[in-house]
Amino acid sequence: MGEWIAFLVLAAVAIATALGTVAVRNAVHSALFLVLNLLTVAAFYLLLNAPFVAMVQIAVYAGAVMVLFLFVIMMLGAERVSGAPGMRWQIPLALAWGGILIGGILFAFLQAPMELPPAGSPPAPLGDPAAIGGRLLTTHALPFEVTSVLLLIAMVGVVVLARHHGSGG
Amino acid sequence: MVTLAHYLALSALLFGIGAVGFLVRRNALILFMCVELMLNAAGLAFVAASRYRGLLEGQLAVFFVLVVAAAEVAVGLALMVAIFRTKQTTNVDDLSSLRG
Repeated sequence: MGEWIAFLVLAAVAIATALGTVAVRNAVHSALFLVLNLLTVAAFYLLLNAPFVAMVQIAVYAGAVMVLFLFVIMMLGAERVSGAPGMRWQIPLALAWGGILIGGILFAFLQAPMELPPAGSPPAPLGDPAAIGGRLLTTHALPFEVTSVLLLIAMVGVVVLARHHGSGG
Repeated sequence: MVTLAHYLALSALLFGIGAVGFLVRRNALILFMCVELMLNAAGLAFVAASRYRGLLEGQLAVFFVLVVAAAEVAVGLALMVAIFRTKQTTNVDDLSSLRG
């Protein structure tokens, strides 16, 4: 029962903040709504026995990534975009397409027999940082290393992009 | 009892909202945020599946998605700053030409 109430409240907050992210005009407000949405999803992770992922979500996503977002929005002063609204038929078409997408996915999921009970008490605490770290460095060592290379590439790319052109460096 | 289907439905809903936002909005920075919304919805589906199947792999997938998303945001925002320097706008309709 308590799980139901928590799920419903969090789901309502998650959907409301997602709509807020998409709908508000000011990009800063949009970013703040997104922070709230990410925190709500972190609460879902806690509800799903994944404390490590929840903490990483808060620290990396709601923390670092969103601070970067807000920093860039405020630095550019791009809270509101100006200019021609572009294609008129795009918004109704996008709404219709999104409705079809959501309806289709919901239909597919609710159709399938998913009355799967939570997998009892898992052998080890499922979201245990030690278990995740052990798995990352043994069976999934290759993706882990590829990820580190990806981060290095991103870092170098950002430095190259952010370098001021024509400064000779 | 909350079942896997509920979590997957919520995840689909969040993904759909992000997708619609991506198509509707014109500010490139908000488009990035909508991508984050969609990635996040996928992460919720992964963790829910991980819980209900009793497998750890879902949480590892979220971990990798998180890293890729962070890299994507860093490069994407650097691109936006570089574009803003020359074009003075982040409206994607004004950024449709391939000339710098």
